[in-house]
Amino acid sequence: MEKVIEAVDMTKKFGSFVANDSLTFNVGRGEIFGLLGANGAGKTTAIRIMCGLLRPTSGKITVAGMNVYRQAERIKRRIGYMSQSFSLYEDLTILENIRFYGGIYGLPERVIRRKSQELAEKLDFWRIRNSLIGSLPPGWKQKLSFSIAVMHRPDIVFLDEPTSGVDPDTRRQFWDLIYETAAEGITVFVTTHYMDEAEYCERVCIMADGRIEATGSPADLKELYGAGSIDDVFVKIARPPRG
Amino acid sequence: MEDVAVKAEGISKAYNGHRVLENISFQIEKGEVFGFIGPDGAGKTTLFRILSSLILPEKGEAFVYGLNVVDKYRDVRNITGYVAERFSLYRDLTVEENIRFFATVFGTTLSENYDLIKDVYRNLEPFKNRRAGRLSGGMKQKLALCRALIHRPQILLLDESTTGVDAVSRREFWEMLHKLKAGGMTIALTTSYMDEAAKCDRVALLYNGRIMKTGSPDGIADSFGLDLIQVRSQRLYAVKKELEKLPSAPSVSLFGDSVHVISGEKGLSLEDIEGFLKKRGFEDTQVERSRPGIEDCFLALSRGYKKKGTDGEGY
Repeated sequence: MEKVIEAVDMTKKFGSFVANDSLTFNVGRGEIFGLLGANGAGKTTAIRIMCGLLRPTSGKITVAGMNVYRQAERIKRRIGYMSQSFSLYEDLTILENIRFYGGIYGLPERVIRRKSQELAEKLDFWRIRNSLIGSLPPGWKQKLSFSIAVMHRPDIVFLDEPTSGVDPDTRRQFWDLIYETAAEGITVFVTTHYMDEAEYCERVCIMADGRIEATGSPADLKELYGAGSIDDVFVKIARPPRG
Repeated sequence: MEDVAVKAEGISKAYNGHRVLENISFQIEKGEVFGFIGPDGAGKTTLFRILSSLILPEKGEAFVYGLNVVDKYRDVRNITGYVAERFSLYRDLTVEENIRFFATVFGTTLSENYDLIKDVYRNLEPFKNRRAGRLSGGMKQKLALCRALIHRPQILLLDESTTGVDAVSRREFWEMLHKLKAGGMTIALTTSYMDEAAKCDRVALLYNGRIMKTGSPDGIADSFGLDLIQVRSQRLYAVKKELEKLPSAPSVSLFGDSVHVISGEKGLSLEDIEGFLKKRGFEDTQVERSRPGIEDCFLALSRGYKKKGTDGEGY
């Protein structure tokens, strides 16, 4: 499988604190890859490095075939990013947000118009296209935010806890979007605190204290750890017996 | 009345013409762990702000330990420990300074109530000289809980205390809550994690400003009244897509490592589903009947509400 992310000994130190300790992993094209870990395990640092937002201390890391040290700006154009906290501009309308992000990603005007039509059809929002984002239900915003994050057909989309607080039905619709996107060849790199969602990933990587403790398909990890669910695997890894 | 910790009758609230709470009524018993389960935008935070006397209801009344939250708000605040959704302690004060400050506000001291908070505070003590703004998320949450307990309240109101918190820290938090409950404290909380419902004595399922259902987690599951079939396969998403084509299954949903199928009025047998999938090349499936959980109930109820509200597609 073609690799879109390759990390060898990726390390990030903040002073004496090691946030990422020699992480080695790779992610294939069109793969749905989940990154799990307790708060403070180093997930956000890893994502920021891969997005070209944070320079690693050492290690060899390529994202979409580009080097994170030298080609950070080019990486930013080939990825999409969304999180619970950073999403859309609340005081712009739906269409204005699409046009704004289309412009940021450098899409030509006619492509933006076509994309707006496509999105309107897919998410069924044509009748409310001129509503302010702030007036939409939270789950709706998240779906729109995701669709905008992949509007420029990036190689990889990074989703940082995309479904926190979203209702169960919308959460599932969101995962339908993820599967469709991956089927089109866009790699999905996702973090989540919902352990049922970890089961939907093709492979997951579990971090603890800045290190990778396990990587594999949910089925393989459950077998390896003799656990009934990814939740159990997670608890075994993230909270080893004390003392 | 003397067993009742919180009583709410017909509470409604709107912001700028947008209805946030619609005729909310419930009762929480003393010593109970009561959860309001619902997604963002369901009205949970508004409800807790009303219960903690921070905002006024438009219609309806609420009583905390028999005290009206509007007329007797001062007394309500003395017996209530409220933890807001957003971290609302002083970031420029240290952990210890925050605790001492809030203890003084309530006319008490840290040592007077140390026995109540010691389990939580012990985790914080190594950082007691650190500024609150520089604590990690999990530590902030523990500090906020200590602060809420410092005046030995009768009831804790916890708004979204576990949002964005990892699965392991959430378990630890729940262990602390159950210890407090064992000491006689009433605990009311909100959460968007459906799996936390099982840890409550009773729950109310909140959606679009209404309570869809109230009861014990088991009671709600028992009253589900729909036939649930669970399908497992190595190719889960493909199986789900295929099952959506079943004419007699109105609901097909992913649930972790399985797909849940709720059959319609005609009913579906296990053999129906197995046969259907086999014909389409899925040989490895395991199909069995299963007991619904809170999330199944929430999905079924909320989809019903969406149908009533819009064109059946929901959002």
